[in-house]
Amino acid sequence: MTRTTLDLWVGIFVVAGFAALTVLALKVGNLSTYNTSETYQLQAYFSNIGGLKSQASIKSSGVLIGRVAKISLDSERFEAKVTMLIDKRYQFPKDTFANILTSGLLGEQYIGLMPGGDEAFLKAGDEIKKTQSAMVLEDLIGKFLYSKAEDSN
Amino acid sequence: MIIESLRSIGHRIVNAVWRIGYASRFFMLILLYSGVSFRRFHLIIKEIFSSGVMSLIIILVAGLFVGMVLGLQGYETLKRYGAESALGSLVALSLVRELGPVLGALLFASRAGSAMTAEIGLMKATDQISAMALMAINPIARLVAPRFWAGVISVPLLTALFSVMGVFGGYIVGVVLIGVDQGSFWSQMQAGVDFRYDILNGMIKSAVFGVVVTVIALFEGYDAPPTAEGVSGATTRTVVQSSLAILFLDFILTAFMFQGE
Amino acid sequence: MSSQALVEIRDVNFGYDSRLILKGANLTLPKGKVIAVMGGSGSGKTTLLQLIAGALKPSSGYVKVDGQVIHKLDHKGLFRMRRKMGMLFQFGALFTDMSVYDNVAFQMREHTDLPEEIIRDLVLMKLHAVGLRGTEHLMPAELSGGMARRVALARTVALDPTLIMYDEPFTGLDPISLSVVANLIRRLNDALGATSVVVTHDVRESLKIVDYIYFIADGVVAAEGTPDEIRASDKPFVHQFMHGEMDGPVPFHFPTGDYRQDLNLRP
Repeated sequence: MTRTTLDLWVGIFVVAGFAALTVLALKVGNLSTYNTSETYQLQAYFSNIGGLKSQASIKSSGVLIGRVAKISLDSERFEAKVTMLIDKRYQFPKDTFANILTSGLLGEQYIGLMPGGDEAFLKAGDEIKKTQSAMVLEDLIGKFLYSKAEDSN
Repeated sequence: MIIESLRSIGHRIVNAVWRIGYASRFFMLILLYSGVSFRRFHLIIKEIFSSGVMSLIIILVAGLFVGMVLGLQGYETLKRYGAESALGSLVALSLVRELGPVLGALLFASRAGSAMTAEIGLMKATDQISAMALMAINPIARLVAPRFWAGVISVPLLTALFSVMGVFGGYIVGVVLIGVDQGSFWSQMQAGVDFRYDILNGMIKSAVFGVVVTVIALFEGYDAPPTAEGVSGATTRTVVQSSLAILFLDFILTAFMFQGE
Repeated sequence: MSSQALVEIRDVNFGYDSRLILKGANLTLPKGKVIAVMGGSGSGKTTLLQLIAGALKPSSGYVKVDGQVIHKLDHKGLFRMRRKMGMLFQFGALFTDMSVYDNVAFQMREHTDLPEEIIRDLVLMKLHAVGLRGTEHLMPAELSGGMARRVALARTVALDPTLIMYDEPFTGLDPISLSVVANLIRRLNDALGATSVVVTHDVRESLKIVDYIYFIADGVVAAEGTPDEIRASDKPFVHQFMHGEMDGPVPFHFPTGDYRQDLNLRP
């Protein structure tokens, strides 16, 4: 095999390998759905974030519009502070609800934004005032048992 | 009697540990003398051809069949829970996270790794390595390092090709033959496979496997006793040790990477 | 010895674990001469070559090449020393994945910056010197044993070394090839003004071409001298070796018990 034929085959091999990697990244994985667009930051405080994790989706009407950037405990308010990055294309009114929902029955948790009717819109750095924490299974069961006990009384 | 067997086991363990140390030193030497390989890149290119390109057929065919089997078995099981639409996700995740890196590296070890061992072992047995050393040319720099870098480059590429062929195979069986909905096959797959978490981790695994498999193959060849039995024993050891190392490292890496987020 | 010594081996001991192969070996290789080192199998002849080339270190004593003690050289020093040496291995040790041309050109390409046109001329000259010009494009597997040996010889002298070592160069060759190789050893040595060491068992061929002979037995130099002196030697070992006698200081029978006892015959 001459030097040039050898180089050609190796070149084909390397190109094919990288092409496969690209196909995997774009078609098989979700790289193409990553937002490379501009985002703005919003905050929300929850009494319980449940199983919400950083990089979790933020959806409105089921459409992905952002990602959770950071979750921390605010030591003054003793609530969970969730920092969100929202796609700049979407503006939300000031009385938007931020709820922690579960996808499917036992799936991963995400934030759902339900817009209110306010005419003023949230700006970068604003806080979403109306929040609803995650459903914690123990609380639900506790509530259920309590209400059952009440019924039977 | 028991003491004898314990002693021999202890002896073997000590021997194995000593060998690992010896192999690590060899690995350091390869890295140290890699300058020549990069200055004369053609040396690496020739070896990428021998180990990478020549392994293409087996990787592509194996990938296709593995994907097809995944499609069949996956469908069988998912059907029971009414979750056939998740077949795309199942096939892709299995391949990208585990089967691609592990099987890709195993196949590489069996085909290209054993070939490297036999080649270097034979060169040692026919005095070619001594001849080179006596010509004041460092055999590790000239022979071993280019093969090492070729392996490190080839294995991840072959793994990616394996995974892609596997997904295609799963598609052929699942969508074309069995009739799973095409749309849900791809969309569930895209939703289920995360670039950073799954694909990147899989690639990191294959890079690690590539290094380990190539070093084992080259070490066994370089260290082989210069006889026919010596070389054949070394070739066998390459395949066995590479396989064990891959499976062991797979466990360690998986435990680190996929911590059930 | 009137000319200055290129290689001096003094009181060299060398062995593996408990077995000493060389016990106080003393040799002097004068410049410009062809010296034969003879002895039985396993007597340490090849070990001597490896000690000279620096592939092995003596446990005591020293080996000096061109005034420098080999085992004291650092990496760079050994590298430079080896550039001046050439070694022909027992069956040639040609690089099997390269053509004849690439084999002979190997050292030129690795160690010099000579352009390909000059390398081509040099390769052809070396091949011509061994009588194999025209075989450049062949692969080692396509060569006969004798031809492979000659190509290896061309490769060994590719950079005109000052010390050429031959490890059993006549092994497995037919009478014609034997004579060719032997004559080439002498001719190349004289043409290059080099010093050659030939490790061999072949008595007949080597005596025709060498200037001096060393006999190694039991790890020491058992006898030394010019071909005539050795031929006339009355030392029993030398005599047995030179005349190929079946029994003598090197016994025919493997040392073991009594024959009659082994066959359970009554004494």
